[in-house]
Amino acid sequence: MSDSTHTGPMLAADGTPLKRSLRRALRAQKMRALALIAPLLIFVLLTFIAPIVDMLFRSVENQIVGNTLPMTVEELRDWEATEVPDEQVFRALFFDLFLAAEAKEHTKLGSRLNYEKSGISSLFRTSGRDMGDIGEVFQDALEEIDPAFEEASTWVEMMSGGAGAEPNARLMSNQIARLEALEATTFSGDAEFLPGAAISDILPNTARAYAAFAAFTQFVDGKSVTKEEPWEAVYAALALDLEDPATKTAVASYAGPGADNLRAAAAATLPPIAMRDAFFESNKDWANVTFWETIKTYSPPYTTGYFLNAVDMEKTPQGIALRSEDERIYGILFQRTMFMSLMITFSCVALGYPVAWILANLPTRTANLLMILVLLPFWTSLLVRTSAWKVMLQQQGVINDVLVWLGLVADESRLVMINNQFGTIVAMTHILLPFMILPMYSVMQTIPPSYLRAAKSLGANNWTAFWRVYFPQSVPGIGAGSILVFILAIGYYITPEIVGGTTGTFISNRIAYHISSSLNWGLAAALGTILLAVVLILYWAYDKIVGIDNVKLG
Amino acid sequence: MADTGNNDAFVAFERVQKSYDGETLVVKDLNLTMPKGEFLTMLGPSGSGKTTCLMMLAGFETATHGEIKLDGVSINNIPPHKRGIGMVFQNYALFPHMTIAENLSFPLEVRKIGKSDRETKVKRALEMVEMGAFGGRRPSQLSGGQQQRVALARALVFEPELVLMDEPLGALDKQLREKMQFEITHLAHNLGITVVYVTHDQTEALTMSDRVAVFNDGRIQQIAPPDELYESPKNSFVAQFIGENNTLEGRVKEIKNGIAVVQLDNGDLIDAKPVNVEKPGDRTLVSIRPERVEFNRDRLKPDAHTLKAEVLEFIYMGDIFRTRLRVAGSDDFIIKTRNAPDQRRLQPGEQIEIGWLPEDCRALDAPQV
Repeated sequence: MSDSTHTGPMLAADGTPLKRSLRRALRAQKMRALALIAPLLIFVLLTFIAPIVDMLFRSVENQIVGNTLPMTVEELRDWEATEVPDEQVFRALFFDLFLAAEAKEHTKLGSRLNYEKSGISSLFRTSGRDMGDIGEVFQDALEEIDPAFEEASTWVEMMSGGAGAEPNARLMSNQIARLEALEATTFSGDAEFLPGAAISDILPNTARAYAAFAAFTQFVDGKSVTKEEPWEAVYAALALDLEDPATKTAVASYAGPGADNLRAAAAATLPPIAMRDAFFESNKDWANVTFWETIKTYSPPYTTGYFLNAVDMEKTPQGIALRSEDERIYGILFQRTMFMSLMITFSCVALGYPVAWILANLPTRTANLLMILVLLPFWTSLLVRTSAWKVMLQQQGVINDVLVWLGLVADESRLVMINNQFGTIVAMTHILLPFMILPMYSVMQTIPPSYLRAAKSLGANNWTAFWRVYFPQSVPGIGAGSILVFILAIGYYITPEIVGGTTGTFISNRIAYHISSSLNWGLAAALGTILLAVVLILYWAYDKIVGIDNVKLG
Repeated sequence: MADTGNNDAFVAFERVQKSYDGETLVVKDLNLTMPKGEFLTMLGPSGSGKTTCLMMLAGFETATHGEIKLDGVSINNIPPHKRGIGMVFQNYALFPHMTIAENLSFPLEVRKIGKSDRETKVKRALEMVEMGAFGGRRPSQLSGGQQQRVALARALVFEPELVLMDEPLGALDKQLREKMQFEITHLAHNLGITVVYVTHDQTEALTMSDRVAVFNDGRIQQIAPPDELYESPKNSFVAQFIGENNTLEGRVKEIKNGIAVVQLDNGDLIDAKPVNVEKPGDRTLVSIRPERVEFNRDRLKPDAHTLKAEVLEFIYMGDIFRTRLRVAGSDDFIIKTRNAPDQRRLQPGEQIEIGWLPEDCRALDAPQV
């Protein structure tokens, strides 16, 4: 009844736009539907989507270098990677590594960088132990000049600038934030100690080192900074500050607490600061430029390194390059995974199609009986089935025994059918076959027999009738089964693990290895991401070629 | 088998029997011959064996016993695709993954007919059923009636001499069905093809066919042209199955001058034409068509037997009046009268006398109880 001359939006009886009334009318219905799926939705989001997103994020995440060695990374920014860095870099490394060693985080960084360059792990582990010794030289010297430097109270007094002095709150909060990043946690509560603004200006390194020490003592150790003697690093920082003649001048005119102690220290001769040499002495690998290259390459917070690794490439100072021949494994593994998944899919189609056809064309009662045989494997544990194949296929197994007994195979040349690709393909074809048969069966059931009869009445022989009329209509079933089997196969883990040996394993076995053995989760995540991308691309390609609407699962 | 080219027996069933389970016969001793160019309809209730007969002719079922001949040659052992018989299926069975043109081209392709030839034939066949513009469509894009036409064109495109149709109009609505009935008959006659048509719709059978074979219980009960079937049913099954029919049970009292006097179970006497009653004393079912019952005494023969009847219901149906009567203890005796200006409208409760011409009333075998 609506007037066709009306040009605006269609209106409901009460004058509101029809679309809005419709939306309102359907809202309750939508809310109810949403409430019904909410439990599953939340479950899936929390236990499935969120971990996957987290895992994908791990494949590019690389904040550990920046969090553990923030000053070193800063100093390395302009480094040309042609020769071993200068003293400046090593000084920054000393303070970074000292704090990391105190927090026991330096070994984690070592493990992380070891994925990229082997040997770097022990470099960090051994040098982390030596940080105290390097700093102790300065502690001993300063305490000899003025024993007051042994006292915790002297330091607190001096570094806070005394009661009522203007504090440098920013320096403290920076150090707390750095410690939080290092420990991957958050601290609550106010800082007990705040460095004085005046002393921070005169002794920037000392103030920073002491603030770090104070933050660590309060928040990590849970102790009071007023009772703890500072780290060796603080003494080293003071020595570093006093190395500058301008600082000595400033100290001379400084009047805050501890000014006398500082003047005494400034007047004395302190041991020379040669962090570069000290590190070389600790571990000669610090003089190896390639380790420094690795540190610099992996210093940004996000990296493509894991992905490059997953496709057998690596980052070098000259750019991205293919790994040397003997280090390439993932390309082969991906190829093998694809090849074997395709083989399994084709085997399933070849074996499953006639079965599905028989099932679809038998009377219901017989078909149901046979269907039980198809579904029987579903009722048996996957592990049992795979182990059964082991019994069947091994060299002293059932099949070989029978072949030898029949005289088809000589006893000394029994067939190797397991712990290789053949074994994996056989076992997985068997395991995944029902996933192929069921969609094909349900599609074939919907094809009326009258089509074949019609084709024959039109003059087609059995084969032509099948190929031209029946087969094209069963393609959606083949498509659905193939997609299902292929996607299941490409990520299969247990069966290749048990029967695959070394040549029949999949990429998923390698992912599992990196998750549980090598603990290189970043690489595992990158491999997993690539696998996911491959499946999605195939799915997309399938949609383009066959059309996902044509896939029928039932 | 020597009578090759016998036009009177283009299709022949000889003593054909069919059993699916080895225990019961679905088709019992079928004998049937069809001349070339005939439109024969197999009519019967479901389970009467008519579709089985069609499937045996098409080659999808094998005869358990007997011989089926096509143009004088036994086709028992010829596979369906070599029989060259066109077939239209109940649900059309148009191949959904092919276009209409491809569907029609299919039988020509498997016969290895050249491309240009195929195209001409497909075009001609589609135009024949007025579907020329639809060659590029898919079957799912067509309406039921259009699919029906395409199915017909496909069965005809390879120019078979015999076309089988298995309830082809069953899925169409009434108007379309009537239109298609007309078109199929015309097409069949114009092309001169022989058609075996299976239906359970008696109107369809009567309007379309040259001859109708009425099936029941695995046997042909009667095979005759439509008018003969309607007006002279050979037994009580055919009488009851074809058209509307009033039946009265009784016993034959005497037969003379070709007229049987039947004493109904309540003692009344009526005249009837003996069809398959033989002697006085036989149980009989008397059958009379509702439109042949007369209640105007003036139009009956003076000596005709009449029955007393009470009007129970009068139904106005537009072109006709339908009146339900109580006659001889039966409450569903129907008479039909034409809605003519001078026609009397009977009132419920009215007592009347009814009668008929003896030749319209047929004394048939009593059904086996």
